[in-house]
Formats: sequence, structure tokens, C-alpha cells
Amino acid sequence: MKARDAVLLALAQLRVQKLKSAFTLLGVMIGVMFLIAVVSIVEGMGKYVEEDFAGRLIGTNTFTLRRFDNVGPGGQRGSSAREARRRPLLRMTDVQAVRASLPASMPSTIASETFKYASAPGARPRQVQAVATDANYFVIKKFAITQGRAFTDQEVRAGTPVLVIGVEVAEHFFPGLNPEGRQLRIAGVPFTVIGVVEKQGTVFGFSLDRLAIAPHTSPMGRIIRPMRDVGSLIVQGADRASLTDGMELTRSTLRAVRGIRAGEPDNFGLVTQDAAFGFINQLKGRLVLFGTALPAISLVVGAMVIMNIMLVAVAERTREIGVRKALGAKRSDIMAQFLVEAATLSTIGAMIGIACGIALAALIAAVTPLPAAVAPWSIAAAIVTGAGVGIVAGIYPASRASKLDPIAALRSE
Amino acid sequence: MIHGPIDVMEEIPLGSTGERRAAVTTAGAAPGKDWVIVTRQLKREYDMGGEIVRALRGVDLAILRNEYVAIMGPSGSGKSTLMNLIGCLDTPNAGEYWLNGLQVSTMSEDELARVRNQEIGFVFQTFNLLPRASALQNVELPLVYAGIPADERKRRAAEALDRVQLGQRMHHRPNELSGGQRQRVAIARALVNRPSILLADEPTGNLDSQTSEEIMRVFEELSQQGQTVVMVTHEPDIAAHARRVVVLRDGVIASDERREQFMQRVGLAYA
Repeated sequence: MKARDAVLLALAQLRVQKLKSAFTLLGVMIGVMFLIAVVSIVEGMGKYVEEDFAGRLIGTNTFTLRRFDNVGPGGQRGSSAREARRRPLLRMTDVQAVRASLPASMPSTIASETFKYASAPGARPRQVQAVATDANYFVIKKFAITQGRAFTDQEVRAGTPVLVIGVEVAEHFFPGLNPEGRQLRIAGVPFTVIGVVEKQGTVFGFSLDRLAIAPHTSPMGRIIRPMRDVGSLIVQGADRASLTDGMELTRSTLRAVRGIRAGEPDNFGLVTQDAAFGFINQLKGRLVLFGTALPAISLVVGAMVIMNIMLVAVAERTREIGVRKALGAKRSDIMAQFLVEAATLSTIGAMIGIACGIALAALIAAVTPLPAAVAPWSIAAAIVTGAGVGIVAGIYPASRASKLDPIAALRSE
Repeated sequence: MIHGPIDVMEEIPLGSTGERRAAVTTAGAAPGKDWVIVTRQLKREYDMGGEIVRALRGVDLAILRNEYVAIMGPSGSGKSTLMNLIGCLDTPNAGEYWLNGLQVSTMSEDELARVRNQEIGFVFQTFNLLPRASALQNVELPLVYAGIPADERKRRAAEALDRVQLGQRMHHRPNELSGGQRQRVAIARALVNRPSILLADEPTGNLDSQTSEEIMRVFEELSQQGQTVVMVTHEPDIAAHARRVVVLRDGVIASDERREQFMQRVGLAYA
């Protein structure tokens, strides 16, 4: 029997048993649907990270001097964790020494951040992302000011309690009003709003517009860093090469300032975008793992359903198998017939699953802040998986059918 | 004892002994040529849960090309077993079976499938048409397994249906056809691969007497066109349509007669 005949026969069989077929392919369909959706979201996230995350959250061509090395959760483990706790705080003197050593072509900014409650008359207090920094911050972060102005070097030197806020903060505390000149308290300390940062949007559902930025010399510095240390120093270079030079310069300067002997490890962290990407990739890997484990279970269930249904089909169609054998069907013909039927069934399930998965991904992208981008390879993988599940599930029933004794099969009712 | 065809046997009265039968044995032992079916001491036993049932105890049967033979016998006589063996659905425990010059008694399962496809056309009591396939698709089935391309399949299936006067109903499904029409579709399906033998198992068992006669007329026509027909039945008046009647009893051949002798013996009048 030719392959084309086998597929046509399988399709005809599915047509006459629409309802049963529909239920049968449900398992595969759901499995593939979630597979496609998960992969789409993970892919979308990857793309998002590459395109947006770097520029918006970290800044392009920058490195950051911090007390610790890592970005993100997890942190150090074991002995390195103990080592990290013994690390000295990043002091203003450290930062000033580093800044002095860096060439003029590498601007830097002091940035300490934390979440603090903000309050103003007539609005519920709300957590904002409080930042204590200097005027360079707006340049390096590429924050455009849509209303009012950023603070100046003079204000930083003077420690003036002025505040540049995010769009969300402005809308929450001063709805429909011009926030310029108004007072906003951060952790109870009054600041005067002088400007609003252009809308930044969200990253993974976290709003970037809940900013409250003030000079680090103002009371904001004390609010965020009661120990009077510095959260981080962000250094920007023209390109990757200068960034590497800048990092070496920073390292040697700080080691000298802190008197670290040769052979001893750094007691500070230098973090680049790459490290952040590394973290994101790690996250992606885990998401793919967990995200595919669930659909995989669904596929296994789907395979079992198909196997069962095919066994029922073999039992129901015993006489047909007998007739086919009497008319000259070989074992391999019967085997192929049921295998192709199972594979066709699950491939159709996979294709419906792909459509639903794409729809689900689009829905998730529309309703939640998670991005989604359907990867072409995932569609190919889903079809192959679908056919594979069908074939694997079909082997046992098909082999049973092929081994039926034609005489007994012809006699069955 | 080898039961040869009537034409040869005419010179050898049934039950006679001696060299002449030995001569026929040798003549009959040239499988192929004119002899479509030659069996020698065909035996088939079944193990029914420890108890050995000897369904066939040594059957010698030779059938010439273009013969029309009925195999009769009460239930338990072994006629179904013999039919399964002749139809290559089953293999004997002992003895030889030559079909159209091929020794099929030692063939593998796949070889048997090929022989069933090429050499044998089955007609069943219950028609055994695939219910969801049209008449044409049913008739196409043996050609599918023969690996014939779709175009030629359709053409040959339509031809076969024309031969049984069902050319107008080829796109009907079995449930849209009468019993007689269904059996004619089955006959068309049996003939479509131009088999050496048409093997019918109680072909009229599910039909009323008028339709039975209609089907018997189809068999008669096919026989006249040169088709070898072997028909298993338990109805004497159906068996009487064949030109030779073989009666089995207890797994051996009890009688092998021309139609006229058979009818005379069982007291059937000429139709």
C-alpha cells in the first residue's frame, strides 16, 4: 500500500468518527498549545531583553561598580557568601578616587536606589522607586524630561531637596495638575518637584515610571543609604573596548585605595550588561525547562489517550482487518494503516494546538505585560512532536492489529 | 485417493482401484498447467485447550482450471477448514497444497498475503464490505494492496462492477444497496485482481431464494467465461448449481461426484 493511500484512508477514518477523533487529539492539542505559548513567551522575553532591557534598565555600554557582583536573586553561595558579607561598603571616598582616575571621555554617575513611600496631601501614600544620584544620571540613563527640568550640578553640590519624578508618580499624586513646584514627601522628608521624566513603560510588568530622583547630597542620600555609603557607580564608555579599559582602571584604582595585595580577590563588584544578560539567559533556561515539562506531561497523557483509542479502534474494526487481510493486506500494510492513522490524528491535534498556542501567546501578550514572539522552529518542533507522539502511541495497537489471525478476525462481530 | 476432475474421472469410475488411478495421480501431480488446486494428504489439527481436534484428516483434492466445484458437508465436517486452507488464510499441519503451480503450504505469512491478493477472490456469506466505503472503493481494495496506481485502480474497479451489472451504482455505499447488490459488489471485488479461483463461502446464506438464484446465475456466467469457482455451501440445491460436488464428512472426502450423480443421489429434480 502506498503512503498516499494510507494517509487518505486515515483521513477518511477520522472524518467518519469526528467526535471521537476530536477527543482523542485533545491531549496532544493542549500539550502543543502550551508548548507553543511557553516557547513564544520565553522567546519574546529574550528578544525583549536584547532590544529593550539593556538600554532601559542597565544602559548601553555601561558598567557598574557595586559592593556585590551579582544582579538578580540567588546571590552568592557558601563560602563566597560569607566573603561577600565581610566586604566593605562602597564609600564616597572610593567612588571619588575611581572617578578621578577615569578619563573625561567616560562619564559616570552615583546611583543609589530603593523603594520608599511617598506622600502628598490629597493622595494615598505610595511606594516609589527612590533614586539618589547626580546630574549625569539623566544623561547616562537617557532620561528625557518632558515637563520642567532635571536638577543641575549646582543643586547637587548644594544638596537642594529637588525631585524629578516619573509619569506614574505625577499622575498619582498630582492628577490633572502641573506637578512643577509642588511638594512631595519621600519617607516623610519634603522635596520640591522640578520635573517629570518621559514615560519609560514597563519591563516584565514592572513599571519604570514610578521614579523619584533627587540629588544624592540632598536628604535623599540619607533616606536611601542611612550608612552614608553609595549604592553604585555607573560608568559609561564610548564602546566595548573603552569599557574594558575603564573597568581595569576602576579595579586597579580601587584595589590601590583599599590596599588589596596582589593575589587577593577584589572586595567589590564590577557588573556589566553581559552579566545581566547571563542572569536573564539563566532565567530563560529555567523557564523553558519548567515551561516545557508541563506540556510534556500533557503530551504523555495525549499519547496514552491515542493508544487507548487506537486499541479500541482495532477491537472495533477487527472484522475490517480480517477482510483486508483476506484481500491481500500484509502485516506491514495493516501496521502502516494504524500507525498512519495515529500519526495523522496527533499531527492534526498538533496543528490545532499550534493555532491555539499562537492565539494564547497573543492573548497573554495582550492581557499581561509578558511579551510573546512565536518562534518558527517551535512550530516545526510541534509538528514533529505531534507526529512522533502519534507514531509512538500507535506502535502497540498497530502491531496488535497486524498480528490478528485473519480467520478469527473474519469471524468476529 | 486423489479426486480428479470429472472430465478425467469419467474414465475412472468412482471407487475403482488399480493402476489407472495411479496414472491419474501422476497426471494430477503436475501442479500448475491445468491444475489450479492440488492437495495431497492435507491435514489440519486444532489444539482446543489440550484436546486435539482433527478437522482435516488427509484430503486429496485436485481441481482443474475452469471447473465449478461445490464443497458440501455438515457442520464439523471440516469444510470451513478446507476452505480456509484453499483460501490461504490458514496453513496445514501436514500435507501439500499447490495453488496454480505454487506450493503454498510452506509459505510465510506475507507470501500468503500476496497469494490471497493475486490468486484468490473471496466471496463471503456476510458480504464483508467495508460499510463506510463506496462500492467502487470496496472493489478497489485488492488493487490497493497490489500496489496499483489510483487511476488504473478506478478503471479496473469500474470494469469489474460493470461485469456484475452494478456500473450504475458504484458510488453507493453498502447500506444503500440490496443484499443481492451487495453480494455482487463482493463478487466484483473478488474478480478485480483476475484471481485463479473465485472462492465463495456460503455466498447465498444471507439471501432470499430469489436473490440466491440471481447470484447463482452470476456464478454460472463467470464459470462459462472461464473462471474457476469453488463454493462452500451446506444447501444441496445451491450445490447443485456447480458441475462437481465434493462432500466432506469427518475431515475426509466422502464423495466426489458430477452434478447429475449428486442430484440423483440426494433426490433433487433438475431445475
